[in-house]
Amino acid sequence: MSNLLPSHLEQSDAVRARFDRIKAREVILQVEHLSKSFVTPKGTTLALDDINFVTHRREFLCIVGPSGCGKSTLVRILAGLEDKSGGAVLLDGKPVDGPGRDRGMVFQGYTLFPWATVKKNVMFGLQINGSDRVTAEREALQWLQLIGLEKFADAYPHQLSGGMKQRVAIVRALANQPRILLMDEPFGALDAQTRCRMQAHLLEIWKKIDITIVFITHDLDEAIFLADRILVLSPHPGRVQELIEVPVSRPRSASQFLSPEFVATKARLETLIHQATAVHLPEDNDDYPIVMRLTDVADNVE
Amino acid sequence: MRQHDWFRVHKPLSRSAKTFLGILSFVLPVVVWSIVSYVPQVWHPQVNITDPGSVDYLQVDMRMDRAGFDQAVREAQAAHQAVPQGHPANPIYLPAPDEVARAFYTSFTMPPQTADGEWLSQSLWHSIQIIFWGFMISSIIGVPLGVLCGTYAAIARISEPFIEFFRYLPAPAFGALAVAILGIYDGPKITIIVIGTLFQQVLIISNTTRNLDIALVEASLTLGARNSQLLWHVVLPGILPDLYRDQRILLGWAWTYLIVAELIGTTSGITWFITQQARYQHFANVYAAIMMIGIIGLGFDMILAAIGRRVFPYDPAGLKAA
Repeated sequence: MSNLLPSHLEQSDAVRARFDRIKAREVILQVEHLSKSFVTPKGTTLALDDINFVTHRREFLCIVGPSGCGKSTLVRILAGLEDKSGGAVLLDGKPVDGPGRDRGMVFQGYTLFPWATVKKNVMFGLQINGSDRVTAEREALQWLQLIGLEKFADAYPHQLSGGMKQRVAIVRALANQPRILLMDEPFGALDAQTRCRMQAHLLEIWKKIDITIVFITHDLDEAIFLADRILVLSPHPGRVQELIEVPVSRPRSASQFLSPEFVATKARLETLIHQATAVHLPEDNDDYPIVMRLTDVADNVE
Repeated sequence: MRQHDWFRVHKPLSRSAKTFLGILSFVLPVVVWSIVSYVPQVWHPQVNITDPGSVDYLQVDMRMDRAGFDQAVREAQAAHQAVPQGHPANPIYLPAPDEVARAFYTSFTMPPQTADGEWLSQSLWHSIQIIFWGFMISSIIGVPLGVLCGTYAAIARISEPFIEFFRYLPAPAFGALAVAILGIYDGPKITIIVIGTLFQQVLIISNTTRNLDIALVEASLTLGARNSQLLWHVVLPGILPDLYRDQRILLGWAWTYLIVAELIGTTSGITWFITQQARYQHFANVYAAIMMIGIIGLGFDMILAAIGRRVFPYDPAGLKAA
């Protein structure tokens, strides 16, 4: 079937022009020969090996890969939450060391401060970085207005739904005006419907403000729907397998899920991830057994 | 109220069932106590003499074992003399509920039995002060140290092994030492409470601090928070509801050291009252005083719990308990 599809490498003129524009913008994040190894009782494990990529300003980069490819480790190193073992991470050409307000982060587990109201959560980064209360409050309310949650300014996080919590977490990170927003499977804990709405909402936010996004996910549809480019990692150790330029045109909408570009890209991603898994995880790639029948022969469900 | 709901694993109770069972937990022991006290067939191993009859070694209101009384009756009958009368009674150390209930009132109105004695209210107030200062001093050291231990591995490592060792030393063992250093009045008593509370306090609070969701710390790091900001703006507010709950439990802990602490040096406070009353065999007063300790302790805890629910409206554990 895949030979009936166009190649994921074929780009329409509009898409190609867009990529040219992206690449003409300055580089925000530069990752060079990044490696990470963990010391375990069994010896040293290489989690990330010679990772190289760049992102340009206002690019939306997704990182996908099978479990164990170190995509979370990668984004945590970018955020400064974990030390790298080798290589360099440059933000605006300057090496980064430790976490900082120039790299905002959104986690899968919301991580809103339960003791603070929604407004105070958004104010947190501003006040920590020296804004006075009045300014911080005004800005926080503006951010909440942006995502339509100003009514919930004085609510506590436990009173919000998962999707609302994650929207607050996104503006909490954005309020600091970081150069780059790192998102580690931010919609992983949401139900399918909320997830779709959040994806569209995130694109809407991304379009309207000057932010570069690095987004980790294991959901291929999500990656294709959101990304300009997709970085595919292979596991054990995590290596860059391919960097795919998504040929699906913008603005994106749910109707594009069935477009040839979308399907072709997904087919390519699936091939890559299947390869990676087949090579590196043979124990989980065995065929599952045929289950013995435990019902009457006439009692069929199919 | 469907009873079968009460025995489903982890099934929360309805509000009315909670109230009902909560009251029942106090009523049941009182019912058992009443049966033992008021049903003559249950236990009552002694006889309270109402009329000594011809037996010269008996007196009115004297209690003796039933066997001895039966013997005296048989001997009087054999001698054809006036037979002693009496009714079954429990030993003097088990007063009936109504006597203890009355003692709750009378022990407050009873003037001190010695010139230098105290009224019960004064004794209780003295005890509360001992607890307050003991717990306060312990907390002033224990809470910051516990939080620091839970936050910084180095501080934990340099203090916790020794504290682990020290907490096995029974606080009363330091009584004689405390008297030698601090005299016989309140000093050594407060010290015993501090020693009994502090070491547990540091360990419990450091553990609570370590249990803080690390993701919250990481989130604040990515928002630009640094060392002391993390401690004041993330760690402290993050653990505060749990810290408060720990403090309530530890305050209860401090109360359990009260009696032993007050026996050190000159006996004082509620312990003085209890030992005095026991000496005069006023056991109803003794029970009343013991119960008062429980009531004050539980009362404080309930007040603190109510304050906690108000102060920490976001605390999920507090919401569940309410």
